[in-house]
Amino acid sequence: MSAPSTSLSISKRPPVSVKAAAVKWLARALLHLLLIVGSISMMLPFIWMVSSSLKNANELYAVPPIWIPQKWLWQNFVYMFEHAPWGIYFLNTTKITLIVIVGQLIVCSMGAYAFSRLNFKGRDALFFLILCTTMIPYHVTMIPTFKIMKSLDWINTHKALIVPALFSPFGIFLLRQFFLTITKELEQAAMIDGCSYPRIFWHVILPNAKPALTTLAIFIFMGTWNDFLAPLIYLNDDGLKTLTLGLASFQGTNTTQWNYMMAGALIVMLPILIVFAFAQRYFVEGITMSGMKE
Amino acid sequence: MNLKSLKIPTSMKETLWAYVFISPIMLGFAVFMLYPLSASLYLSFTNSDGITVAGFVGFDNYVKLMSDKDFIKSLFVTAYYTLGTVPIGTGLALIVAVILNAKIRFTTIYRSAFFLPVITSMVAVATVWKWLYNTDYGLINAFLMNLGLYEPPWLASDKWAMPAIIMMSIWKGIGFNMVLFLAGLQGISPTIYEAAKIDGANGLRRFVHITIPLLRNTTLFVFIIAIISSFQVFDQVFIMTKGGPAKSTTVIIYYIYQNAFQFFKQGYASAMGYVLFAIIFVITMVQLKISNRKDVN
Repeated sequence: MSAPSTSLSISKRPPVSVKAAAVKWLARALLHLLLIVGSISMMLPFIWMVSSSLKNANELYAVPPIWIPQKWLWQNFVYMFEHAPWGIYFLNTTKITLIVIVGQLIVCSMGAYAFSRLNFKGRDALFFLILCTTMIPYHVTMIPTFKIMKSLDWINTHKALIVPALFSPFGIFLLRQFFLTITKELEQAAMIDGCSYPRIFWHVILPNAKPALTTLAIFIFMGTWNDFLAPLIYLNDDGLKTLTLGLASFQGTNTTQWNYMMAGALIVMLPILIVFAFAQRYFVEGITMSGMKE
Repeated sequence: MNLKSLKIPTSMKETLWAYVFISPIMLGFAVFMLYPLSASLYLSFTNSDGITVAGFVGFDNYVKLMSDKDFIKSLFVTAYYTLGTVPIGTGLALIVAVILNAKIRFTTIYRSAFFLPVITSMVAVATVWKWLYNTDYGLINAFLMNLGLYEPPWLASDKWAMPAIIMMSIWKGIGFNMVLFLAGLQGISPTIYEAAKIDGANGLRRFVHITIPLLRNTTLFVFIIAIISSFQVFDQVFIMTKGGPAKSTTVIIYYIYQNAFQFFKQGYASAMGYVLFAIIFVITMVQLKISNRKDVN
């Protein structure tokens, strides 16, 4: 993509001709232009969503389209909160997400500690078995899991979403890989001091694994917050719904009021965008790790 | 010596504690993975409807699937979606990743722009795109009208609905693949590029002869993940088309969902799940095999 450079960069400061410099500058400028156009096209749906969410009906359907509404109708959001319990959807989603994050971190870090640090019979075989199941699509286990929930009388409760989500083969894998990189000397020192395994796990392993735990937490956050199929299958009561399911139900009754629909979409994605602004690195790491597992 | 004599009781203790530590994950694994996996295999041989007592029907469900026109159609629709999203989506992501791997300014900002759709909820962005695709007032058709081009009826037409879902899904997934490619590109030593530069290889030749061969493993991997996830597409179909018009976007998971939770044919839906599982498994194996053969050469 960069321009063919004619000067060989062997000496520390190669003599750069004016022409070569100009070509290089032009190539750079073109590259940036390309990237700016690309980035803006990627952002357009979001920009259009925000713009539409603040319009009245006339501006919404105007031809040619209006990008910046004359008057920003914040009351569209007020309307939203008056016509569907978005606050409750938000609290439900937050509650489910937080419990799944904490629970999965506990369950997976415990397992990962044993699989990476302790010797026991069948360790590698068990780990391999768990790893194999990361390949199995969710829908294969979906129906029997639904039956389990039915027999436990957990349909239409948050438990049906939370409990199965605590056990994640990916979480075990990610943490185990990281635990393997923690130096053993700290542990051995603690061992000689007479520390028990739970104490080593709590005082040596976990404090040293903060980056991996954060990455996994963000990854779980993204998956749980955005999950749709499980809430759709299990939750019926409006008061129990999550944000994504709430938006889908709202769409069922307000198909043509696109300013309200866009306000709803914004409400659903805003929390994750805020977290992304502060923890971008961990989002990217989580994706990179998910690409490494097989 | 002291340590050695301590070792025997320690190892027993170690095993004991190891079982304590893995017990939660193994319990969950047994209840929510191993059991459902075998239960759904069993269900696929029954006529379970979730209400009456299920009877064993042997291979009936699988035989029925072979002549179920809607099921066959859902396979073709899913294949259409996969062929539409995977090659273009991966190709674009590779190009973007290579450009963003260059040492230029503002890459973090550009990367964020491409990554933003990945983190947002599919339900929310599918809602936004449904508005963008609106036939009469949507932004996309307003743009096409401006250019004097044909304005497709998008989600309202059985011909255009799937291309619309495909374009939207490519937009949503490009950043995910980009991140994987960027990680792969970090692994290529810059000295290889320097050497090629000195030999007079231009940007395009460096891309074809260095980047593409050295990224082969990453690319294979991105392909496998992309195919597996494209066979499981559901959210955007549910939000944008509900499988219509005329079942033109009824992908396989949507059909399984309908059978399991709307028509209550759980045995039948389980059989479909296993067929899909088998298809995904075979495709993955074939891809791995192809890549191994290339290794030998």
